[in-house]
Amino acid sequence: MTALQQGTTEVVDPVPGAGAPHLPDQPDLVQLLTPEGERVEHPDYRLDISDDELRGLYRDLALVRRWDAEATALQRQGELGIWASLLGQEAAQVGAGRALVDGDMAFPTYREHGVAWTRGVDPLHVMSLFRGVDQGGWDPVARSFNLYTVVIGAQTLHATGYAMGLQRDGAENAALAFLGDGATSQGEVNEAMIWASTFAAPVVFFCQNNQYAISVPIERQSRVPLYQRAAGFGFPGVRVDGNDVLAVLAVTRAALAAAREGSGPTFIEAFTYRMGAHTTSDDPTRYRLAGELEEWKLRDPIARLKAHLSRTGIAGPEFFTAVDAEGDELAARIRKGTVEMPDPAGTEMFDHVFAEQTPELAQQREEFVAYHASFEGEQ
Amino acid sequence: MAELRQFKLPDVGEGLTEGEILSWLVAVGDSVTVNQPLCEVETAKAAVELPSPFAGTVTELLFDAGTTVDVGAPIITIDVGGGSDAAPAEDAPTGSGLIGETNANGRTAVLVGYGPRSTEAKRRPRRGQPVAAAQVTAPQVLPEADHSPAHTPLLATAPDARVKPVRHGGLEAARAAEAAAARRPADPAASASSATAGRGALRPLAKPPVRKYAKELGIDLTTVRGTGEGGVITRADVDAALAPPAEPQGAAAGDTRIPIKGVRKHTAAAMVASAFTAPHVTEFLTVDVTRTMKLRERLATRPELAGVKVSPLLFVAKALLLAAERHPMVNSSWDEAAQEIVVHGAVNLGIAAATPRGLIVPNVKDAGRLSLAELAGALTELTETARAGKTQPQDMTGGTITITNVGVFGVDTGTPILNPGESAILAFGAVRAMPWVHKGKVVPRQVTTLALSFDHRIVDGELGSRFLADVGALLHDPGTALAF
Repeated sequence: MTALQQGTTEVVDPVPGAGAPHLPDQPDLVQLLTPEGERVEHPDYRLDISDDELRGLYRDLALVRRWDAEATALQRQGELGIWASLLGQEAAQVGAGRALVDGDMAFPTYREHGVAWTRGVDPLHVMSLFRGVDQGGWDPVARSFNLYTVVIGAQTLHATGYAMGLQRDGAENAALAFLGDGATSQGEVNEAMIWASTFAAPVVFFCQNNQYAISVPIERQSRVPLYQRAAGFGFPGVRVDGNDVLAVLAVTRAALAAAREGSGPTFIEAFTYRMGAHTTSDDPTRYRLAGELEEWKLRDPIARLKAHLSRTGIAGPEFFTAVDAEGDELAARIRKGTVEMPDPAGTEMFDHVFAEQTPELAQQREEFVAYHASFEGEQ
Repeated sequence: MAELRQFKLPDVGEGLTEGEILSWLVAVGDSVTVNQPLCEVETAKAAVELPSPFAGTVTELLFDAGTTVDVGAPIITIDVGGGSDAAPAEDAPTGSGLIGETNANGRTAVLVGYGPRSTEAKRRPRRGQPVAAAQVTAPQVLPEADHSPAHTPLLATAPDARVKPVRHGGLEAARAAEAAAARRPADPAASASSATAGRGALRPLAKPPVRKYAKELGIDLTTVRGTGEGGVITRADVDAALAPPAEPQGAAAGDTRIPIKGVRKHTAAAMVASAFTAPHVTEFLTVDVTRTMKLRERLATRPELAGVKVSPLLFVAKALLLAAERHPMVNSSWDEAAQEIVVHGAVNLGIAAATPRGLIVPNVKDAGRLSLAELAGALTELTETARAGKTQPQDMTGGTITITNVGVFGVDTGTPILNPGESAILAFGAVRAMPWVHKGKVVPRQVTTLALSFDHRIVDGELGSRFLADVGALLHDPGTALAF
């Protein structure tokens, strides 16, 4: 047995789709780009897209993944309190984010880094939240991207309320509510859907079904495919291949257009997979098998677009090298910016509680300052 | 000029206080890049790799693998000077906020920016209380350049950082106890002192299963000396207390520790590589092999087969070879690098052999072309050479499919693990006289169980099943071979 092959078995950059057990028979799954990188047509969802846009989507996906990898490393180095990785869900997020137009508003969970990216949010403004320096540093109105919501499913109510506001303003825009598969079991989400349905509110519920509510598999969360639940609320439900950025873009565009036109809500189930841990505090090997992860690696959202771009000649090696280099620059900027973030002044906790400061808080702030001034030396 | 930075163990979960260094992935002298994995650390929540925050050269590993380390303790020293002549003065560590450095205010960045302080652990004094101030701000005792770092106190209040804070129960204590028990055989002196230090007047430290165990045995834990870290009472301690002084060495005295090396090491690596690379499926088939056994008796007397061993294994091997000819895909390999499946032209039939050196799998080259007599001769020679410990390396490489004969141990079947690089392995169980339905009646028949494990990347359930069924059919009725 001396000459036994003991090489590493990790597939770093698998041939997309090679031997991939295709998704279980899902006749309703909308797909425009197969795991092998083949463009296919769908009768209901057409997508006319330029080469520039395709390259742009690839760049989005690759840069978001690079950011995510750097953030995970920074957490392991003690620079972030926690990090919720989006690894594997890039296409679902970028596709959905790129479907938004001016005036639309997105309501994220705490994992929507890819959507944040498409809305032009500086990654450092997300990092500051996970470093515990602030509550998220971006302007939700300017970026049309609400602050991260950590309470599971609460943002679906915010989005529905916002959409009803749009409706009353007569604005031709829509709200896009993000949620995970686990959130569909929350009361708020069901309430939000009932209200949205009843009022035909211009809101799209974009559910990334990444197969696990932390450790609970989807089979133990729902007796029916999630998208079929929409029928019970009285609006359409669509299941899209969440690892296919083109299909996600097409489906979300169509749903947002319908909402803007007054056709009411849509529920989109982006069928995807969380390839990393729930957060850096989680160990997925305790509740799922390595084989499952390997299967999903073969459906990787980035590898399939790369295969498509390469095969069609839309992008060549120099393009991919340039994107990689840009990713490394981005990562370096994120690292430096995160590590150098100053601790916030203690008084900041009083400053943003209300839009207008209240006398009670102002007084507490003064007392806080005086208390700290009562010590010797520098703080 | 050397510019040393230390990486302190961060809290990789939420609110964790310690982690065990499972293994180092770098060694002293290695150059590392930012985010290169340095070590694997297991906490109560997860086992994770720690990526390097620095680029440079490793100058010191401050803890051995297997050690449980408190969050905030430096674990590695890295020279980030990169051999440049002069380190710029403004690069001095103070206040740069990097991990492994203490800021001017004594903070060490570990988690959310508020790590443990190594300078002061007390509050700043209130104005107008000079006496207290003098007491607390005094000790500036840690010389800058000294890193005998394993013992750097984390808190000024800790009398000695080597003495772990005693926790009463809880996962940390249990894990520490297990780790300590596994790591070193009992050291009576040390454990006695730590037990004294740890126990005090409180209830003795033991994890819940050990408490339950002691209770079941009627042992009062206050009478048991804990040999675990911090005086924690282990299961072995309870056992020792039950069987009084006879065992002065204490807990682990009966255990033997065998270094993992040689064939054992290769076997382990091969099995792990195989089990976690090839998705295994195992199928079973119980077969009436009475006719094969009768055929064996008849053939054994034939002159062609004189002088060779006509064993049941021979017939299993022949059946497998005939079936493999019909289903060539089972005789193939997965070439990950080339992204190709290699369908082998010849069947190099491996036979798993237990030898004094351990498990080896020599193979018969191009076994499909051998006559029954030649195959019998080859198998006999192969097993005898293996048992004599004289198998040559070339006999162990190039195998394409394997038989493991667990029946010789009187075992019915098993779920064999593929010999790495192969797509199928057949386990052959004991042949027993069993009650069996034969021609509509229950009669005693010679019955065995076959188990086929295959690499599901290459072999689908249908192919695996057909292959196994063919092997079974040939053993059930050797005459079937005429149809193959």
